[in-house]
Amino acid sequence: MLVHIGYNLLQVAVVIGFAPLVEGVLARLKELVQSKRGPSIFQPYRDLAKLLCKDEIVSRRSSWIFRTAPYVAFTAPVFVALLIPVLTRYPLFFAFMGDMLGVGFVLAFGGFFVALAAVDSGNPYGPMGASRTRMVGFLTEPVFLIVFMIISLVAGSTIPYIVQSEWIRSPAAFFAPWHVLLVIAFLLLILAEDGRLPVDSASGHFELAMIEKSKSLEYSGRGAALMKWGGAMKLFVLMVVFLNVLVTPWGLAGPADTSLAGVLLAVPLVLLKMLIFLVVLVVIESSLAKLRLFRISEFTGAAFVIAVVAMVSRLFAA
Amino acid sequence: MQAPSTSLLLSIEALASGLFLLTALGTVAARQLLTCFHLFVWQSILLSASAALLGLALSSPHLLAVAAITLATKTMLIPWLLRKTVHDEVYRIREIDQVLNIPTSLLLALVLAGVGYVFFVEMLRGIAVPAYALVNLPIGVAVLLLGALTLTVRREAVAQLLALLVAENGVFFAGIAIVPNLPAIAELAAAVDVPVYTLVVGLLTRRIHSELGTTMVGRLTALRED
Repeated sequence: MLVHIGYNLLQVAVVIGFAPLVEGVLARLKELVQSKRGPSIFQPYRDLAKLLCKDEIVSRRSSWIFRTAPYVAFTAPVFVALLIPVLTRYPLFFAFMGDMLGVGFVLAFGGFFVALAAVDSGNPYGPMGASRTRMVGFLTEPVFLIVFMIISLVAGSTIPYIVQSEWIRSPAAFFAPWHVLLVIAFLLLILAEDGRLPVDSASGHFELAMIEKSKSLEYSGRGAALMKWGGAMKLFVLMVVFLNVLVTPWGLAGPADTSLAGVLLAVPLVLLKMLIFLVVLVVIESSLAKLRLFRISEFTGAAFVIAVVAMVSRLFAA
Repeated sequence: MQAPSTSLLLSIEALASGLFLLTALGTVAARQLLTCFHLFVWQSILLSASAALLGLALSSPHLLAVAAITLATKTMLIPWLLRKTVHDEVYRIREIDQVLNIPTSLLLALVLAGVGYVFFVEMLRGIAVPAYALVNLPIGVAVLLLGALTLTVRREAVAQLLALLVAENGVFFAGIAIVPNLPAIAELAAAVDVPVYTLVVGLLTRRIHSELGTTMVGRLTALRED
């Protein structure tokens, strides 16, 4: 049991440690696509180190919400990392503490706090971004629920570990049409949830068009570092759920080999999977233009329809 | 040795059919004409891949012929004809004129896909059909209905033609699963037929475009005699 706790904490360490790297690789790949050289893939680590050394300035008008929000934004993905299969295929110590709805809840809790803090900051762009995030949020919520419903219908459980082993057990279900539709719906969901391109431009600097970024404009020093790190971890965690649970359930440390070496071997494999996903993400982001704000409902509507069609085809054709 | 590779081929075919349905949903949701065009080409590639996989899995030379003919006509000849006959300006349309807005038509698409599934799975319940037909037939019917929906909703000549072709793809997709030994002559007839009507509609669209400067056929409601 102690070993399981240890592995569980190792998963958290991997999420905390490699999340900035993923961000750096993503930025670098994007620049490469645009025929530029781009910053080093370790730039996010340097940014974080610099921000952590700097003084933090907090408005006298802001309340405790503004000050605690970076910590909530940082810890929410950490808690999620306890619940999902980052490195191992067998359930670890905290695996049964919460299911996929729990994962959604914890992430939404972090998002909610960040939105509150944005309103609290008094910056005019903060509340605007917060309300837009809520708009995207309530449009993606039904997709989330339907995806979870299908998954729980298939695997008979909403615990991510059990869902993951279900795909390995039945390859026929893995190739089924509804699984493809489910994967695409979840991919669109990640794009919307993480503020990726057709919905929101993550690298834009124009405040009026911002959705995701405007909420952390008022932070400096440690607060800014934690917000940045938390955002990177959120993407990492969503990618883990997408890759390890839904798309490619292979390459994790199996129940047969519970040694530390086996678990450590899963780290490069998971990172390799992520690299492939990042390439896909960069292709998507480089080939699409940002949607107008009121067209986002069409994007999420498409995701919703795809998810429901997946559900219908699962219910009637299986 | 034969059994696992057959089941693998059928699995990949199921994967292709999922993507096939996805492209049809894409044509309902797409606003840009060029996106519709590309989706149609991708859908035809998937149709051809699906026919080829089924042909390999069932060792049916007819289906392989269907795949080859589909690849030749729908992914090369028809797109080429469409690009040649219709003016380039038409493909730069970024907002296709629609009768209903996109969220509404997506919801209708949802209902139609549901109808395709519920109706056909219930219909097939009593009959002994192979598993791949149970995958392909509802998807083919759903795509046919989605194509018909797009055809109804759009007010743009080229978009309507593409919708018609999507519906036709759906019919074929259902067809290859229920009649694996479809005589190649029937497919050949369709292979001649479809490019011909593409050509006719394409030329007509070109004429409309050169006369009126637009291809929004939804506006052509009154006959002018002078």
